[in-house]
Amino acid sequence: MTPDLIYGLCGIAVFGIGLVGALCAQDRLRRVLALKLCSVGAGFLLVVGAWREPPAAPDPVPHALVITGIVVMVSATAVALALIRRLQTLEADDER
Amino acid sequence: MTDPLVIFDLLLALAIVALAVAALSVRDLFAMIVLFVIFGLLSALAWVRLSAPDVALAEAAIGTGVTGALLLKTLHHLRFVSGTLGQQAALGVTPVTPVPVGVTLANAAFCGLITLGLAVAFLGAPAAGPGFDALVAEAMPLSGVDHPVTGVLLNFRAYDTLMEVVVLLAAVIAVWQIERGLSDAPAPAMGEVWQGFGRLALPAIVVVGTYLLWVGAEAPGGAFQGGAVLAAVGLLLLLTRAYVPQPGHRGIARGAFVLGTAAFALVALLVAGGGRVAFEYPLEHAKTLILLIEGLVTISIAVTLAALFHGREPVALTKGGRDDA
Repeated sequence: MTPDLIYGLCGIAVFGIGLVGALCAQDRLRRVLALKLCSVGAGFLLVVGAWREPPAAPDPVPHALVITGIVVMVSATAVALALIRRLQTLEADDER
Repeated sequence: MTDPLVIFDLLLALAIVALAVAALSVRDLFAMIVLFVIFGLLSALAWVRLSAPDVALAEAAIGTGVTGALLLKTLHHLRFVSGTLGQQAALGVTPVTPVPVGVTLANAAFCGLITLGLAVAFLGAPAAGPGFDALVAEAMPLSGVDHPVTGVLLNFRAYDTLMEVVVLLAAVIAVWQIERGLSDAPAPAMGEVWQGFGRLALPAIVVVGTYLLWVGAEAPGGAFQGGAVLAAVGLLLLLTRAYVPQPGHRGIARGAFVLGTAAFALVALLVAGGGRVAFEYPLEHAKTLILLIEGLVTISIAVTLAALFHGREPVALTKGGRDDA
C-alpha cells in the first residue's frame, strides 16, 4: 500500500460523492459545494499522478495545473454564489 | 510489519471521504460549511503527504479559507433575505418543486457507475508513466528561479497563469454586475473581541503573506498563496469595519483588479521581439521579472479576493433607487 493508491481511491470517492451531490442535492448552496468537492477529487488524482516514490521529486507540472484549478474554482464559486444571492433576493421580493 | 505512515494515510483518507459525505448530508447549512472547511484542511494535509506542499498551501488558503468565507457570507445573506437572521434554527432551503425519489435514485446510480468506471481506470492505469519531471529538471537553470512549481507557473506555462489571472478579473466583473443595486445584508456585529483580535492578527498576516510571496522563488509558496493570505487582511478589515468600502474608492479598486493582468501582459509583450517569443525572459533578468510579476499579481489577487467576498460594488444607495453618481 503506497500513498498514491490510498489517496487516488480517496480522490475518486470524493469526486463521486461530489457528483452525486451536484446532481441530487436539492438546495443551491449544497450543489455549489458539491461541485467544489468534485474539483478537490480531480485535484487529488492529478497530485497522485505527479507523486513519485521518495526520494525522487514529484512532477511539478500537474502541481501547477492544480493550483491554477483551485484559483479558477474559487472564481467560479464566487460568481455562482453571487447568482444565488441575487436569485434569493428576487424570489423574496416576489413573495412580498 | 505495517508502516505507521500507511495507517495514518488510511485513516486520513477515510476521514476525508467521511467528511465529504457528512458535508453533503448534514441538514444545517452552517454545519455543512464548517464540515467543508475541515474537509479542505484535511485534503491539504493529504497533499502534503503526497509531497505537494504548494498545492496544499493553495488549497488551505484559497480553496478552503476564501471559499469558506464566501459560503458563510452567502449563508448570512440568505438568512437575512429569508428573515431567519437572528434565529439559531437550522436553515435548510426547501425546493420549490420536490424532485421525485426515483429520479434522485437513478441519478445517484448513474454517478455510482461513473465513479466505479473511474476507479477501474485508475487501478488499471500503468504505474508511474513518464511525466514532465525530466524536461522540467533540464530546463530549470533557464527559468531564473530555484523552485520547480514557481518555474512552471511563471515561466514555462506562464500563459496558463496569465489566463488564470484573467479568470479572476472576469469573476469580479461578473460579481459586480450581478449584484448591481442589490441591497446588502447588514454585516454581523462582531463585538469588542474582534477589534482586538484584528489589531493583533493583521500585522502577522501581512508578514506571513509577504513572506509566502518572497519565498516562492526557492521553496513552496508564491503569488497565489501569498495573495490569498493577504486577502485575509482585507476580509478582517471588512469584518471589523476598520475599512468600509466607499463609492469613491471604486476607481482605486478597479485599478488594483487589473494591475496584475496588465503588468503580466505588458512584461510578456516587452520581452517578445528580438528573436524571442512572449514569456521567454532574458536569463539575466528572469528572476527580477518573475518577482515583479508575482508582486503585482499578488496585490491584484488579494484585492480581488477581498472584493469577491464583499460582493456588491460600493455604490451609494438612496431611498428612491440606486444613485450611481
